[in-house]
Amino acid sequence: MRKIFVLLSGLLFGAGLTISGMVNPAKILNFLDLTGQFDATLIFVMGTGLIITTLGYQLIFKRGKPFFDTEFHLPTSEIIDTKLIAGAAMFGLGWGLSGFCPGPAIASLVFGYQQSLIFVAAMIVGTLLARLIPVTTKLD
Amino acid sequence: MTITEFTPYAGVLGGALIGLAAVILMATVGRIMGATGIFRGLLTTNFDEAFRWRLVFIVGLLIGTAWTGLFTGAAHSISFVSNNYIIVIGGLLVGAGTTLGNGCTSGHGICGISRFSKRSVLATCVFMVVAIITVFIVRHILGIS
Repeated sequence: MRKIFVLLSGLLFGAGLTISGMVNPAKILNFLDLTGQFDATLIFVMGTGLIITTLGYQLIFKRGKPFFDTEFHLPTSEIIDTKLIAGAAMFGLGWGLSGFCPGPAIASLVFGYQQSLIFVAAMIVGTLLARLIPVTTKLD
Repeated sequence: MTITEFTPYAGVLGGALIGLAAVILMATVGRIMGATGIFRGLLTTNFDEAFRWRLVFIVGLLIGTAWTGLFTGAAHSISFVSNNYIIVIGGLLVGAGTTLGNGCTSGHGICGISRFSKRSVLATCVFMVVAIITVFIVRHILGIS
């Protein structure tokens, strides 16, 4: 039962990224290009996503625990440090250069373009390299 | 550079589905829907439950994208930056940056902000501003598309 809902969540995430056009790097880059080919679509995607998630989370957290697990697995760190800011800045640079962030990049693999494959391969290498840095947070 | 059409209605519909996906994942298995963490969790040799739910999610993501792509024509409208070296550098930076910063557009940008995490609000502001500056420099100062 758990797995069916996880699969459903993945299906909806993929459908949402595709319908909204966020799988298309050109659309992301044009959103970021405020003084040029500006395409504001991303704001509508993120805005709607935020409203629904914020309201949904309130209801879920009030319940105290998820339906198919004993607890919520939430990040506990509240530390603002160089690692967070440097990491976010590196990500922003890579995002601005390529127009890809992790979700859409992985999703776009199904369309069979070599650029998606090159990006995801490089992303794997980048992830593994960052893991060699001892301060990297472990996943729960 | 490719001109893209402003599509607010498709944006709202897609955003709603993304929000719904995040809510379902939290409501059922209590997990943050962050592409970074889910992807990172697959780069392991330990195929336990933590690996398996992430694999199921990614399978769903791929099927959902392929299926929706069939009737939105997404596969044909997609357009990449023309230089593959820039794609490689972008991929390396995105992989390393999201690992160090512990999240991306979905994990920090949607889920983190929705639970009022200060780290996520800050990370989102930082990557948005850096990405906007990057595009400005690439397109309007260096003049490459």
